[in-house]
Amino acid sequence: MYRIDRFNELAKIVAEKRPVNAPMEPRRMTADEKDALLAQFHPDYKQGEFSELKVGPNKGGKVPTQLAELLQAHSRISADSVDLSAPDYDTDVLIIGGGGAGASAAIEADDAGVRSMIVTKLRIGDANTMMAEGGIQAADKPNDSPAIHYVDAFGGGHFAAKPELVAKLVTKAPECILWLNKLGVEFDKEPDGTMVTTHGGGTSRKRMHAAKDYSGAEIMRTLRDEVINRGIPVIDFTAAIEIILDKTGKAAGAVLMNMETKELLVARAKTVIIATGGAGRLHYQGFPTSNHYGATADGLILGYRAGAKLLYADTLQYHPTGTAYPEQIFGALVTEKVRSLGAKLVNIDGEVFMHPLETRDVTAASIIRECTERGKGIKTDQGVGVWLDTPMIEYKNGEGTIEKRIPAMLRMFGKYGIDIRKEPILVYPTLHYQNGGLDIDTYGVTGVENLYAAGEVAGGIHGRNRLMGNSLLDVIVFGRNAGIYAAAKAKETAVPEGLTLEHIAAFDNELDAAGITTDIVSPKLLPDYARRDK
Amino acid sequence: MDNMVNIYLFGKKYEVPSGLTIMTAMEYAGYSLVRGCGCRNGFCGACATIYRIKGQVELHGCLACQTEIEEGMYVATLPFFPLEKRVYDINEIKPDMQIMMQLYPEIYSCIGCNACTKACTQELSVMQYIAHAQRGEYEKCAELSFDCVMCGVCSSRCPAGISHPQVAMLARRLNGKYIAPECGHLSDRVGEINEGIYDEKMAELMAKSVSNVQELKDMYNSREIEQ
Repeated sequence: MYRIDRFNELAKIVAEKRPVNAPMEPRRMTADEKDALLAQFHPDYKQGEFSELKVGPNKGGKVPTQLAELLQAHSRISADSVDLSAPDYDTDVLIIGGGGAGASAAIEADDAGVRSMIVTKLRIGDANTMMAEGGIQAADKPNDSPAIHYVDAFGGGHFAAKPELVAKLVTKAPECILWLNKLGVEFDKEPDGTMVTTHGGGTSRKRMHAAKDYSGAEIMRTLRDEVINRGIPVIDFTAAIEIILDKTGKAAGAVLMNMETKELLVARAKTVIIATGGAGRLHYQGFPTSNHYGATADGLILGYRAGAKLLYADTLQYHPTGTAYPEQIFGALVTEKVRSLGAKLVNIDGEVFMHPLETRDVTAASIIRECTERGKGIKTDQGVGVWLDTPMIEYKNGEGTIEKRIPAMLRMFGKYGIDIRKEPILVYPTLHYQNGGLDIDTYGVTGVENLYAAGEVAGGIHGRNRLMGNSLLDVIVFGRNAGIYAAAKAKETAVPEGLTLEHIAAFDNELDAAGITTDIVSPKLLPDYARRDK
Repeated sequence: MDNMVNIYLFGKKYEVPSGLTIMTAMEYAGYSLVRGCGCRNGFCGACATIYRIKGQVELHGCLACQTEIEEGMYVATLPFFPLEKRVYDINEIKPDMQIMMQLYPEIYSCIGCNACTKACTQELSVMQYIAHAQRGEYEKCAELSFDCVMCGVCSSRCPAGISHPQVAMLARRLNGKYIAPECGHLSDRVGEINEGIYDEKMAELMAKSVSNVQELKDMYNSREIEQ
């Protein structure tokens, strides 16, 4: 039961129409309808929310205003704050970030026989990977193929992705599932071993592999366990705050900061992998976020200041179904798997207003239209939302389906008295994913030699919109990829000499020349949610 | 604020609006969190917390990000708990009883007090999954422990010093790798890809993605969607 009576009353309308709504197959939008919808209602198209960069490799390009402020901010340190001649850590491959990509890279580097080290500003596994609920795509069923997966991903990303990256993503996908399975990841399977797979928005085949709705958590905890088993050093509560270059401009390590004592440390490395994840905690356009506490775009800042170019940093993914109510979990992710299992999106009048499995950008824009122009949303204290008719899942698939397939969702709402088996839930788009990021090639290298990027921090793999299940896949495929190539490169690289932080002053000079005055320092590292207005 | 609630953070009293979670109440009180805060969505176990309502006997374990505050709540966060994780080579071990005896012999010292189960932030049958682990029933242990976020509250209450989440982690990996049925279509597809069966088609698609996007758009917009 909802604590607010009005919601209980409105939910009755949804229940009354369920027998009609359940069997209906809503029409999918045409390409032109989608384009028009996105242009009018998707947050990426709100010009006023973006700023033009005046300095750096993407000068002249646009990014969200909050990101521009951090990209065009000062370093937390100056070159003379640290002694680069006596590194505290010396390693072959320095991995910044302890999520799925960082852990995968570390395991591959270990397999290659080189020394690697993970630094993470929180703990290993404190990452968006841990929170990915729905699943991971791979074309491994007989009716599917990497080519079909390619068309889905490339088209879903509006034909803007780098083809060679998409090709790598889909071709390596089955092998990555096998790799994870051999590490002990428990995928949902039939008794004969066949993978239980479902659709995601924009997929043309059922290729979503899952571990209930703890898919990312199951993958992440297994990778973490493996990293520890291998004795790979993990330096936790230690953030990278600046990339160190060598005398020839190649990446050669990072300046680190202990998050608790603020002590500065120097890590020297032959190659560096940035695997810091996304930016949801910057709350672009005031949106709530489904992201991890540490998702503050740090890697984009580190890379950009060192000279690495960004690609599609102006495209964000607003997950269509963030929690709109209750307030305690406002913005929290309601996995797309809820729709994969048959729940439909319904407005205040109980009408199904769209096909539930359009791509995420289209679905988010459609929900925003329903709540704004059409005025068919349900008002809450925090804003507005539409119904996601979860009881429809068991209406169609039988009792017990929800507990078995989406136990985390059942638990999350159950804590606030809402039984999603019996009551529909209120959802609205939430800031979920950074589609773009540091521009990489197929080796995972950024525009700076010996500086690699993998996972959400990298751009180009998903074009301008990512499909469900392609991000868990991305972190594994490109995390491993970066680990393999960064390790190989480290083997043929001598210990870097002439370490320098001169690029900090050079960037400051560029800011001056562009007339930018700011007190902001970056990377941000953590959001500031502490109340100060007392 | 009309509805204010009194809570005690590490024994110090704060008046905060009702409806907050323990985590957002701490932030309302002015805390800037570094430890004890992770995904903020109930998946990572970073915000393990113990609380007791003033005047009551029972001690509760919870996740600060997932628990609404109550009047008179005495809160102590548990941002780190020294779990004991034993290392092993996943490729060298077998899913037999010996491995658990070898790596986590302390599970056989369980006295059956069930404090772990009572403390679990995810309402799992912790003592029961440990019983399965004792008997080498890793599939059952994996199933019962699946929703574990490894917050460690169970272990903080255990008189036998068991690191339950690590025991369960081992059981799940054994189950995922050795006990659950192997997937035939997966290894078949990996074999096909390695043989290069899809190389030509992929090269064609990549070339068209650059030279003839319109053809790809047509392909995408008219593709058959599995029902």
